[in-house]
Amino acid sequence: MSLLEALPIALLGALLGLDVVSFPQAMVSRPIVAATLAGAFIGHPEAGLLIGVVLELIALDTLPFGASRYPEWGSAGVVGGALFAAQPAGMPGALPASLLAALLTASISGWSMVVLRRIIATRLERTRDTIEAGSRDALLFLHLSGMTLDLLRAALVTTLGMIVFSPLVRAIAVIWGSDSAPSRAVVVVIAAIVAGGALWKVFHSVRHVLWFFLGGLLALTALLVAL
Amino acid sequence: MSANQSSRFLIPLRVKLAMYLRLLAVQGSWNYETLMGTGIGFVMEPALRGLPGGLNGPQYRAALARESRYFNAHPYLAGVAVGALTRAELDGVDPVRIERFRTALAGPLGSVGDRLVWASWLPFCSLVALSIYGAGGSPLAVVGTFLLLYNVGHFLLRAWGLQIGLSRGLNVASALGNPVLRRGPQYIGSAAAVVAGVALPLALQRVVGPGRVLAGGIIVAALIGILLLARLHERAEGWRIALGVLAIFVLYSVLT
Repeated sequence: MSLLEALPIALLGALLGLDVVSFPQAMVSRPIVAATLAGAFIGHPEAGLLIGVVLELIALDTLPFGASRYPEWGSAGVVGGALFAAQPAGMPGALPASLLAALLTASISGWSMVVLRRIIATRLERTRDTIEAGSRDALLFLHLSGMTLDLLRAALVTTLGMIVFSPLVRAIAVIWGSDSAPSRAVVVVIAAIVAGGALWKVFHSVRHVLWFFLGGLLALTALLVAL
Repeated sequence: MSANQSSRFLIPLRVKLAMYLRLLAVQGSWNYETLMGTGIGFVMEPALRGLPGGLNGPQYRAALARESRYFNAHPYLAGVAVGALTRAELDGVDPVRIERFRTALAGPLGSVGDRLVWASWLPFCSLVALSIYGAGGSPLAVVGTFLLLYNVGHFLLRAWGLQIGLSRGLNVASALGNPVLRRGPQYIGSAAAVVAGVALPLALQRVVGPGRVLAGGIIVAALIGILLLARLHERAEGWRIALGVLAIFVLYSVLT
């Protein structure tokens, strides 16, 4: 993928990366949204949605609590969705390879957020006296430049992700040795385990949570039998 | 001057709107030194222009500096602090009292917001979207439902926080006893568990693909994995394990 081809995807990744923390945190950066939008950009929203769902299940494990470090799913969702949607249909290796690329992007992008926060802290240290004197200009500059840097950070991560992983995913999909069924099965098992573990971590303190879960399962079974 | 005399200074609607819009960007300069502090100053700035002396007057500058120091809260509930601190500044409350109030408010706003939004509302909305996907929903239906549902809660919570802060000033602490904030996570968690029982099998079935069923092997492997991960609890990050396992699987499938 050339730089020019990656540009619209980079722009999408930049906007959705900005949503993660800086503005407006409307969760358009959740992978189920980001990957679907990226897939739509490529012309295959269904493919984007498929990988978005798998990423969303995995992303349930990393909720953005306070100052904790977490993977950045906005840019990663865009990279994963665009990569998977760009592969020809019926290639068993496309989903696992695109998923791996998205997870690596999420990890790298999470690290880039840490770097950005350190950069903002350094810039704050330099202007601390001015801000302590109540300078409106210094405060606005620090704040707006922080948001601009975040936008650029997400654009850079998305561009690099697309340029590095696009040929890799294509190559992996071509030489993939496993059959389609086991490839999907491994992805589903991984997503199910992470999502199940994450939901237990989050909701285990809710009273009678397992009964509520079983109630949902029963309702689904009854619905399927009735239909 | 007491905080109860808050009706003296009416904040114009356009200033409230400016504060609300800025509230959406409250974490724009989040950093490891002041955390959200500079963002709080950024959001309050339009209202502080109403202080005696106006923009860049001594009171404005002192208040802006004070409000841009270290602070942390959940971003969606930061409006509670922004509103209350704005009211206190405009009412001329003693700066020492404002500092004490800032320190006391940060912790509860963080933990209440984390439990209500990140640990309840967000996973609940994700699960609803996953269930719509599992039921055969189109990309527009899945994404549209998620964004609409999530953001009704999101934008209302931000607006409520700002409004309650502005109206109650330093007496805002009692607002944190609101039933939605106190019992919301429990109710949303129960609802999320029910939705999870529907969403997970449906969504996973659709990912597996048409013409295939969730075979016994997949279900057993997933259940064993979930039990192991649940036992590890806080000591393991599931997504990192997923990354490792997936990398090994990709390598295996390429090399064989």
